[in-house]
Amino acid sequence: MNVAAAIPQPVRLAQLPRLKPGTVSTVDWHDLSEPEGRRLRELGLDEGVEVELLHRSVLGGGPVACRIGRMTVALRRHVAAAIHVSPNPAS
Amino acid sequence: MNQAPLVALVGNPNAGKSALFNALTGARQKVGNYPGVTVERHAGRMALPDGRPVELLDLPGAYSLDPSSPDEQVTRDVLVGRQEGERLPDAIITVVDASNLDNHLRFTLQLIALGLPIVVALNMVDLAERDGLKLDPEALERELGVPVVATVAVRKRGLDALKDRLGDVVRNVHAVRPGAGVQHDIVVLQRRARQIATAVTVSETAARRWTHRLDAVALHPVAGTILLLGILFVMFQAVFAWATPPADAIDAGFSWLQGAIKANMADGPLRSLLTDGVIAGVGAVVVFLPQILILFTFILILEATGYMVRAAFLMDRVMASVGLSGRAFIPLLSSFACAVPGIMATRTISDEKDRLTTILIAPLMTCSARLPVYTIIISALIPDKAVLPGIGLQGLVLFGLYVMGIAGAFGAAMLLRRTVTKGATSGFMMEMPKYQMPRLRDVLLGLWQRAEIFLKRAGTIILLTTIILWALLSFPKPPEGSNISPVDYSIAGRIGNGLQTVVAPIGFNRDIALALIPAMAAREVAVAAIGTVYAIDDPEGDAGQEAIRANLRKNWTLPTALAFLMWFVFAPQCISTIAVTRRETNGWKWPAFMVGYLFVLAYVAAGITYWSAVALGL
Repeated sequence: MNVAAAIPQPVRLAQLPRLKPGTVSTVDWHDLSEPEGRRLRELGLDEGVEVELLHRSVLGGGPVACRIGRMTVALRRHVAAAIHVSPNPAS
Repeated sequence: MNQAPLVALVGNPNAGKSALFNALTGARQKVGNYPGVTVERHAGRMALPDGRPVELLDLPGAYSLDPSSPDEQVTRDVLVGRQEGERLPDAIITVVDASNLDNHLRFTLQLIALGLPIVVALNMVDLAERDGLKLDPEALERELGVPVVATVAVRKRGLDALKDRLGDVVRNVHAVRPGAGVQHDIVVLQRRARQIATAVTVSETAARRWTHRLDAVALHPVAGTILLLGILFVMFQAVFAWATPPADAIDAGFSWLQGAIKANMADGPLRSLLTDGVIAGVGAVVVFLPQILILFTFILILEATGYMVRAAFLMDRVMASVGLSGRAFIPLLSSFACAVPGIMATRTISDEKDRLTTILIAPLMTCSARLPVYTIIISALIPDKAVLPGIGLQGLVLFGLYVMGIAGAFGAAMLLRRTVTKGATSGFMMEMPKYQMPRLRDVLLGLWQRAEIFLKRAGTIILLTTIILWALLSFPKPPEGSNISPVDYSIAGRIGNGLQTVVAPIGFNRDIALALIPAMAAREVAVAAIGTVYAIDDPEGDAGQEAIRANLRKNWTLPTALAFLMWFVFAPQCISTIAVTRRETNGWKWPAFMVGYLFVLAYVAAGITYWSAVALGL
């Protein structure tokens, strides 16, 4: 499954514009601690899943709320920064 | 012994598992504990369509069979038959949220692989449809190869069908499918779950519009923070404003009872025990039941609506600054009602250091048991005057005590995270469930359980300590014609006068020294103890709150009262909290540490307060 090749310029989930869905291309699993990675997988994050940034809390450093599949999940910034997303082509 | 079949109710958090459990068992529930761990065991009885009884076990919500918290550990251990004190379930009902299939099915697949007879409850199908998601339960049944029933637990839809299918699988209790054991490869399971979810989805349109609209406000950096502060303000306001009429009624009831006994019973030790001991003591505590119930109502509603997780999201930044995570906010907020459920709620924090720190600071949140102490001292000794229009001095002092507790907790967390609970900062990763209307029945059930616990405590620990204190205060009687007060002459009075030498430097008088010992059982006993002391000192006097206040005004100075309040902000005077900390941390080391550091803080803070107040000439 090579989603990333079809669409240029993956961005980090933390930098994704709000409410613009994208598809997870790669995840820097090695940047995350072992429990963080496992919990993230349990919350349904995986390459090829659709994600969307919903809300950012206080400027700088606070957590972000994003949609993973059909679920809303709160993540800290550094976790969201480890997730690379290819923005979906505008439909 | 022929036991009823045991059926385990399992599912992801937020799948509507508890609602299904309540709907299936009604009020026939038993809450207990698993040996060795503090995870609550919820079990209830239900009957299958053919009349056979079944014991239903509500297991803690989990994301998988690879546990990352003590809660999830219990779920896994029960399902593989390794939990002490629990037999291997005869069947499983797994609850999945219909609008979250791609995720919840992964856990279902893992459960199916265990090989136990299983029925899938495809729950909240109504919400999924409202969100524009149409599913095919029969297709899901074909894909999974196990029975699937569409349910709406909160409206009791699909329950009969669920019981039917459960009856079918429980009938073949011994025909267990060959199990593959615990399947650990989460990536493989997840991909299979997504395939199935796609296969059974008939149609799908934009999802969760309502939740998103509400979140746009609730999670907004400015609007959300204002909303959170507003909710907290209303909550604490309500605790005082709404509780007054019922509390006055209860107080009047006890005073009437006391009067009736005094009028109809000959004077003697038994009458004194009933009026000065039991009624003065227990009555002084039961008066606070309305406040405690109001506080719990708010907390139960905030949890049931799904708002609590939003509050955790907003607070994560602040909590991170003292080395905790937003997740700690939920146990800490619950600790405003009572530290015991608060400390138990820390079980959802997966990071051990993070959890330990939260446990150690939870007793600093101003719990409802402190309210009786605060309210009576404030109403007796702080002048009832307005500082600013609409803001009274009494309310301000009370608010100050709450703030002191929070500031103390944050300071303590910061210090602890740099010393005894040092470690990498833990993460914050949390599912944010859809908003839901709280259901009256579930809230009432929760309130009933809290009221029962509180009244049981009033009827046992508090009653017992009050009777013992009454006895120690009543005997020996001073000789006829002596002008020593009966309290000073009694055993307790002598102990109190001795203890006073230790606490005199921080401004505490004999009454406080006397009250501190029984208050180790529970903080509110301090009020009961003071009530009993004055009742025995002046057997002809009236009972009730007004009498205690009059005595306080006569015997206490303002610096003493302030020091006493400050003591109660910090002092770990609650056996239940110490006991639950021991259970949660599996040993005496941490509860001992907690008691030690909190007593030192209490002594120092009360001392500073007393001497500053004296120096200021208050």
